[in-house]
Amino acid sequence: MQAYVFVLAGFVGYLVIARVPPLLHTPLMSATNAISGISLVGSLVAAGAGRSVVSTVLGTVAVTAATINVVGGFIITRRMLGMFKRSDRRPSDAPKV
Amino acid sequence: MREALVQASYLLASILFILSLKSLSRADTAARGVDLAVAGMAIAIVGTLMQQTIIDYRWIALGLGVGTVVGIPLGTRVPMTAMPQRIAIALTFGASAATLVGIAEYHDHRETLAVGQRVAVAFEVMLGSLTVAGSFVAAGKLQEVLPSKPLTYRGQNAVNFGLMAVMLVILGAVIAGKGGMPTFYALVALAFIAGISLVLPIGGADMPVVVALLNSYSGLASAATGFALSNNVLLVSGALDGTSGFLLSMLMSKAMNRSFTNVLFGAFGSQTQTAAVGASSDLVATPISAEDAAVQLAYASNVVVVPGYGMAVAQAQHQVRELAELIEKRGGEVRYAIHPVAGRMPGHMNVLLAEANIPYDKLYDMDEINGDLSRADVALIIGANDVVNPAARTDPTSPIYGMPILNVDEAKSVIVLKRGMSVGFAGIDNMLFYQPRTRMLFGDAKASLVKLVTEIKAL
Repeated sequence: MQAYVFVLAGFVGYLVIARVPPLLHTPLMSATNAISGISLVGSLVAAGAGRSVVSTVLGTVAVTAATINVVGGFIITRRMLGMFKRSDRRPSDAPKV
Repeated sequence: MREALVQASYLLASILFILSLKSLSRADTAARGVDLAVAGMAIAIVGTLMQQTIIDYRWIALGLGVGTVVGIPLGTRVPMTAMPQRIAIALTFGASAATLVGIAEYHDHRETLAVGQRVAVAFEVMLGSLTVAGSFVAAGKLQEVLPSKPLTYRGQNAVNFGLMAVMLVILGAVIAGKGGMPTFYALVALAFIAGISLVLPIGGADMPVVVALLNSYSGLASAATGFALSNNVLLVSGALDGTSGFLLSMLMSKAMNRSFTNVLFGAFGSQTQTAAVGASSDLVATPISAEDAAVQLAYASNVVVVPGYGMAVAQAQHQVRELAELIEKRGGEVRYAIHPVAGRMPGHMNVLLAEANIPYDKLYDMDEINGDLSRADVALIIGANDVVNPAARTDPTSPIYGMPILNVDEAKSVIVLKRGMSVGFAGIDNMLFYQPRTRMLFGDAKASLVKLVTEIKAL
């Protein structure tokens, strides 16, 4: 069942990501990085389930690391994408080759 | 009931993540895509915090708080010029979260883990630990704290293969449930050493492939976490991240006409290849003064700028825009030709030029512009070398033969901004510099561009 989800998600990911133009490859890396900060959901359980001292400590460090990625990653991706602007001319004036 | 809500939040988050990546297929919808991902993340976090297994929120609050305080400046303060190392550092953080969760999981549950979960946890910490170390070294090289030159020694590949072999044996032992915690920690440690050892010999220009590959590993590590914890949103986002990194590394190595194995074990640009330089030492490149280059650019109606890593090093992107605006004001058209591996990460040049307020519809990929370069009056090469070397097309003995390049040698004239006659990263001479239509404007890229701008203004 899990393998099923993994393979399907990978397949959807392939279809979607193959369409991202090279122009946006850096924002793509930055965004997928921020999204993979979702490992936070695993870290939260490790930190808060009160299983053992080891788990709590490692989980807390993991929560910190993942939060850095989520917060910093989304902010910088947003900032980066804000810089991509079209020229004032209409696109039809500059025909693509 | 509560569990159903948690699962619903994960499903919704997964859908939002996919939609967010879909928005990245166009520059004008991309920013909105980030908002979708942020919403997905918030929903997944709230969903997780509702879980009944969580009984103590103090440590969670601490981690979230510290992470936010550190994360905000990493998002708002880091300049665009530092993006390659910023991405590498983010990979380190992401992979360390996965690794630590894996260690905690194994520590608490190793007696009761099913075989499938042992496989997942073992891969999680192996890929995670390897990525933590590898990305950290990559970040050091990109920040030039560590030498960006390949660090090689005799027998390096043998040592690396040996390391990998031992690591895989221990991986097998952990999966078989043998050896307890010490064996498990040995796997984490060996993967860490392997990460350092694999990235150290890789040179600066190969970084786009390595960064993309590490991105893929970090995604797979988080997917493995999803397998271990039976968590679907982790599986989905890990699969997306892994696919994205894998696709990018394929594209990058294709753009260099090299295989993964060659990038990882080839130590490109080592001493053996410098032999090719002597052969053409009797050729003379023709220099040009800033005045003459300025006249040529000012009266050109079709200019193509080819940026490379040299532009990034000189941080000359703002001067490039200034020059382009002057040429455009005089009626010329300026476009930018971007090679997929120009710079130190996928899309590096695009981000720098966008930062300098250059509209993205003037940035053209190699395939888009290559057929049109013969129409260019001037091709202005700024700190690019190997990606415009015609030897890739013409010289079967060249180490870069077969690599797709920007065909700037077809332009009506070529002006190369370069510090001196040193060879590019691949350590080979560039015949483009000796063409009759090529002129060399020597000096620091930024200083040369400032001179060009001053000269054109004075015309």
